[in-house]
This record gives sequence, structure tokens and C-alpha cells, in this order.
Amino acid sequence: MKYDIILSGVGGQGILSIATVIADAALHAGLCVKQAEVHGMSQRGGEVESGLRLSDTEIFSDLLPTGSADMILSMEPMEALRYLPFLSAGGVIVTSSVPLMNIPDYPEKAVSEELKRLPNAVCIDIESIAKSISMPKAANMVLLGAASSRIGLLAPEALREGIARVFAGKGQQIVEANLKAFNAGLNETK
Amino acid sequence: MEKTRLLLGDEAVALGALHAGIKGVYAYPGTPSTEITEFIQKSSLARERGVHASWSTNEKTAMEEALGMSYAGRRSMVCMKHVGMNVAADAFVNSAMTGVNGGLVVVAADDPSMHSSQNEQDSRFYGKFAMIPIVEPSTQQEAYEMTAYAFSLSEQLKLPVLFRLTTRLAHSRAAVNVNDTPGPLQELPVAKDPSSWVLLPANARRRNDALTALQPRLRKLAADSPFLVEKNTGKHAVTGIVTCGTGYNYVMENRPDCPVLKIPQYPLPDEKISGFAENCDEILVVEDGQPFIEEQIRAFIGKDKKVRGRLTGDLPRTGELNPDLVASALGKAVQPLRSKPEAVVPRPPALCMGCGHRDVYIALNKVLADYENARVFADIGCYTLGALPPFCAIDSCVDMGASITMAKGAADAGVWPAVAVIGDSTFTHSGMTGLLDAVNDGSDITVVISDNLTTAMTGGQDSSGTGKFEKICSALGVEPEHLRVVVPLQKNMDEIMDTIRQEIDYHGVSVIIPRRECMQTLARKQRKQKE
Ligand SMILES: Cc1ncc(C[n+]2csc(CCOP(=O)(O)OP(=O)(O)O)c2C)c(N)n1
Repeated sequence: MKYDIILSGVGGQGILSIATVIADAALHAGLCVKQAEVHGMSQRGGEVESGLRLSDTEIFSDLLPTGSADMILSMEPMEALRYLPFLSAGGVIVTSSVPLMNIPDYPEKAVSEELKRLPNAVCIDIESIAKSISMPKAANMVLLGAASSRIGLLAPEALREGIARVFAGKGQQIVEANLKAFNAGLNETK
Repeated sequence: MEKTRLLLGDEAVALGALHAGIKGVYAYPGTPSTEITEFIQKSSLARERGVHASWSTNEKTAMEEALGMSYAGRRSMVCMKHVGMNVAADAFVNSAMTGVNGGLVVVAADDPSMHSSQNEQDSRFYGKFAMIPIVEPSTQQEAYEMTAYAFSLSEQLKLPVLFRLTTRLAHSRAAVNVNDTPGPLQELPVAKDPSSWVLLPANARRRNDALTALQPRLRKLAADSPFLVEKNTGKHAVTGIVTCGTGYNYVMENRPDCPVLKIPQYPLPDEKISGFAENCDEILVVEDGQPFIEEQIRAFIGKDKKVRGRLTGDLPRTGELNPDLVASALGKAVQPLRSKPEAVVPRPPALCMGCGHRDVYIALNKVLADYENARVFADIGCYTLGALPPFCAIDSCVDMGASITMAKGAADAGVWPAVAVIGDSTFTHSGMTGLLDAVNDGSDITVVISDNLTTAMTGGQDSSGTGKFEKICSALGVEPEHLRVVVPLQKNMDEIMDTIRQEIDYHGVSVIIPRRECMQTLARKQRKQKE
């Protein structure tokens, strides 16, 4: 069994924290993990992507083959569409519905129509949810929560434990806050 | 005892080096190598052991400092991105001539597809050029294990060892089984034989002969490397695959049933490869980077056998490999189910909102609009993004330091105004010597050192010259009246523009230092204070 995820977003949106949590949970579940990150130039407000591969057998490539992703998990709707060629036949998209318009002539309408056309796309206003629980900076954990019941090989509880371990160094308060955001996302899509 | 940790390839190298008992890492930041040194800087083991880990001013100083530590009998590591090898090259190539005392490993991180670089050079050519062993891991686990191996190899051969990484391995995380207890700090007596360390021609000739004579042994060591992998051999096959590094992963992703030979070490084990090729009608070479193995293999088996790879178009001539490209070279074409929708437009990186470089370019653009033939020679760093809209403010960016020197050369040829824009870290890396040239010639240039108090592009590392720029410039001979400091903020725009105008109209060397802290490092400090 394998489960491949593409995480996407815009530099600074916190996709690497999501990747870290999933990878940590996978490691503790005894799965094989590969997580390819993008550092450097593209982090300055540009498109960013991280390929995350989970499997119960050896994984060779750090990069996902075309058409192999079981999920595209995106902090930004246009960025979800950017990686569509990687999505497998039955793959799902879980994405923030809120566009980040840091470029001229952002094609807002075309993007939302495109997402509506896709059968397996879930769009969630993670930013409103994060604000409603007074945690505007934890929108990334809201997204992870929203996707958590669909992520293969890992149950939501395993991801919660991942959050607890990954944020432990920053104190119990931060852990609680991120768990709250995660649960809010999970409730939204249950 | 072993435990499992989730590590980037870079971090695996760092931990491997610490566990191999290094006494120092010497490095200048550069994607994708930066996280090696950062890992050591944060390591409590390194702190307890007093392992040197602060940043060097450039890759050449780093290389020489590490060589000095090796001379003193301790293990040291140098880390840089591939283009850093160009800067360190003089020291690097000559360290193969002196040889080493304590183990010395030079990590060069290549960037196929140029995710954050200006070229795609393959560091393995430097290793061949210097005639030293090169090791190349495929996985994070190998990255960890090969570091210790490289240090022993270095001490056994008394040669520096080049350790090649590529972006995909450096910046990808995987579970790594690491030793529970680190190996001890290693120590040998301080070197004392001047005949190998003083490279006068008489000594150098002897060293050169010895190094050349060592080559067959180095090939043998590569053939016997514990990291060499052979799969599906022993029976006749149409195609045999010779691969290395990350290329091996893409081959294995496609579960080939043909013979596979993975090369983990160079100089290339030629006999091993010839033996492998005997059972195959043709060889497909799969390597990330330039066709380094492919060219060499062609030379020794190309007469009898077809060698396929980047040079024959079976794989693209340039760019990073991936599982799809390798699948197609293996004859398994992949058709994507869906294409990228037209609604998706590029989202290029940009200078952060509130960044001081923005104010610098706004001011420069306004002032230079009045000078028809103005040229802006820029340099490498966040401020290179001034090339993109809305600024479109720069005319060149070549290599670190080239702003000041190119402005000088252009000014020598009559270009006016010739403006150089350089960052603080780039200035101390390679800009100071060029400024001295300009001062000595009284060149008519205006140098802008855009000082954000950090090395921002690579993630905010300490910058060697922070707090010293006025002193450095005046010591190099810049006149005090033409050494100006401004604060790049919208409210100071008139003053900044006046300053630029005055210094352009002065026909000699001027330096303007717009100084304001990077938004990213500022925000990070504020977050830390809150926590
Ligand atoms: C020889 C070489 N070494 C390292 C790098 C990687 N690199 C690119 S820009 C940069 C730092 C630039 O810092 P600074 O000049 O202070 O500008 P800032 O990014 O802070 O604006 C580094 C280390 C490189 N491109 N070339």
C-alpha cells in the first residue's frame, strides 16, 4: 500500500509544517516516508510544492511520478490546479478556497470554475474557520484537519499525535492551539 | 544501537559528520547546501564538543580554513553549493596536491534544473580535475553512512574527498537509522612535513607524480565500494543500466528487470563497468547532472556497444531527471490523465512587502530615468528580484561580486552612469577586492551596498561584514564625502534620490549604503521575543 500526496501553496503559507506533521506521524506508524521540499528562491511569495510519499514498502523516488498522487492538498486554489497532471485517476483535491492574489490579473473566476468541474475536489474556506476560532495563523492545520479523514494509511488520531510531537518544543499552548485548528478543520468535512 | 530519525539529505550529512568526529565545518551559505551547516550550528553535540560551525566569508576562505584544521590533525568538512566550487577552486585543486592530514571532506551540492542557481555545472568534473575520490549517495541513509566512510577514506589516502549531493537528495526528507552513540572526536598529530605542504615546483612535481600514480588504486576502491549496487546481473540482457545518485532512485521506481549497476564512487571503476557491459547489448546511462559517466563510458565501451543517455537524446540533455523521464527512456511512456488547466498562471517569487531593497529600486529607477545611458550592474541575492516587474531595474547579474567589477569595466569603456548594486553578504564574499580596483583607478562608478544586515536569500544567516561596512570602504580608500548611508524607507525617498543623484554626478568612486533590517529576520526576532 502506498499513499502519495502533493502539498502546494505559496511561499510563507506553511505547507512545510503540514508536511512535517504528516511525515512525523508516518514515521511513528512505522511507514516508509519520503518528503521532497522546495527551499530557496521560490519561497519569496512564489509557488511552492512538497511531494510526500507514504508506503508500507520501500520508496525509491523522492519525486512523484505523473498521475500517481492520491491527494493534492493545497493552501491556495490556483496552486492546487498547478499540479493536476500528478493526480491519479481516483485522486482527491482538498484545497483552501481563498485565492492569494499577489500577482496581477489573478484568474479568480476561471480557477473556481475549474475546481467546480473536478469531481473529487473539496474547497474549504480555511481562513474563515481559522479566524472563527481566533487562530488566523493556523489555517494550515485547519486544512490538514479537513483532509485528515481522507488521508490513506494514517488516521486522524495519528496526525493529532504528530502535531503534539512536532510542536512540543514550542510549548503546550501552541500544541493545543494547533490541535484546535486541526479539529475545527476535521469537523468541517466530517 | 540505532534509532530512526526523519532527516533531510543535508541533515543526514551533517549528523554523519558529527558522528564521524569532526572538529569543524566551514561553509558559506548556498542552496541546496545551507542546511548542513545550520544543522551543526543547532546541534547540542557540536556545542559540547566545541565544533567550529560559524559561517565563513566565502567558499575559498572556508576551504582553506578546513585545510588548516586538517593540517592540525582534526577532521573538517567544507560545504557549499556547486558554484561555490568555482570560488574555492584554487584551494580545492591544490589541496589534492598537498594532501591532507586529518580527514577532509568537501561537500558540493549541485542544482540540476537550477531551482535556485544561475547554472547547472556538475561538481564531479572538479573531483576528476583534482584527481581525488568522489562519493555520491542515492538516499538519505547513504548520505549519513557515506560521510563517515568519506572521512576514513580521506585519512586512509591522505587526500581530500569530494562528496556530491544534488538538490533532490539534499532537500528531501526520509527516515534514517542513525547510531545512538556518536563516534569520538578524531585526532592525529599536527602535520610537520613541509615538503608536502610547501608547493614549490620541486615539491609539487613529486606530489603530482604520486597523485597520478595513485589513480589505479582509486579506481579499485571505487569498484570495491560497499555502496556499489548490482541488480539482475549474470544473464544476458538487451539493455543494462549504469546509474548513480538520485538517478538510481528513478530507475528503481520503474522496477526494471534488466541489469542495473549503481556507481557510488569515482574515479569511475572502468573495469567493473566493462565487465557489467559484457552481458548487455547496450548501456543506458541514467545520471542527474551533466553526462559525466556517459562521456567516460563512451570512451571505453562506445566502440563495441551503443551507449544511450543524455548525449543521444534518450534522456533530456539538461535538467533534473524524474521517474517519468526515466520511464520513457526505458520505453514505458507515461501519458498524464489531465493537463495543467489554462487558468493556472506562473507565480514568480517577489521581494517581500516592506523590504528595503524595494525602496532602493524605486529610488534608483526614478533617478536613472533622467540619465539615458545608465546601466545597473547587479549581483546575487534577494535584490536580484529587482530584475522582475514592477522594478525591471537591473541590467546584469552574473556571479557573486561581479556587480562592482563589471560596473568598473563598463565605466572604463565609457558607460555612464555605471551603477553597481550589491548585497552586504555578497560584498564581503567577493565585492571588496573589486572595490579596491575601482578606488585604485579612480573609476567613475556608484556602488550601492544594499545592507539588510543578513544573508537573506539563503534564509537569513549571519553576514560577515555586519557593522563594518563604512570602515571597510574607507579603509579601501573610498573618500568619506562619497561614502553615504541612508535608511531605505518611503518617507526618506527625497533624501535617497538626492544622494544617488549627487553621487552619480561625482566622477569617481562613491558608495551608498541603504541600511535597514530584512523583514524576515526582523519578524523572526519578534516571534522569538514573544515565545
Ligand atoms: C559562489 C556562490 N555562493 C553562494 C551563492 C548562494 N547565494 C546566493 S545569494 C546569497 C546571499 C546574498 O546575501 P546578500 O548579498 O546579503 O543579499 P540579500 O539576499 O540579503 O539581499 C547567497 C549566499 C551563490 N549564488 N554563489
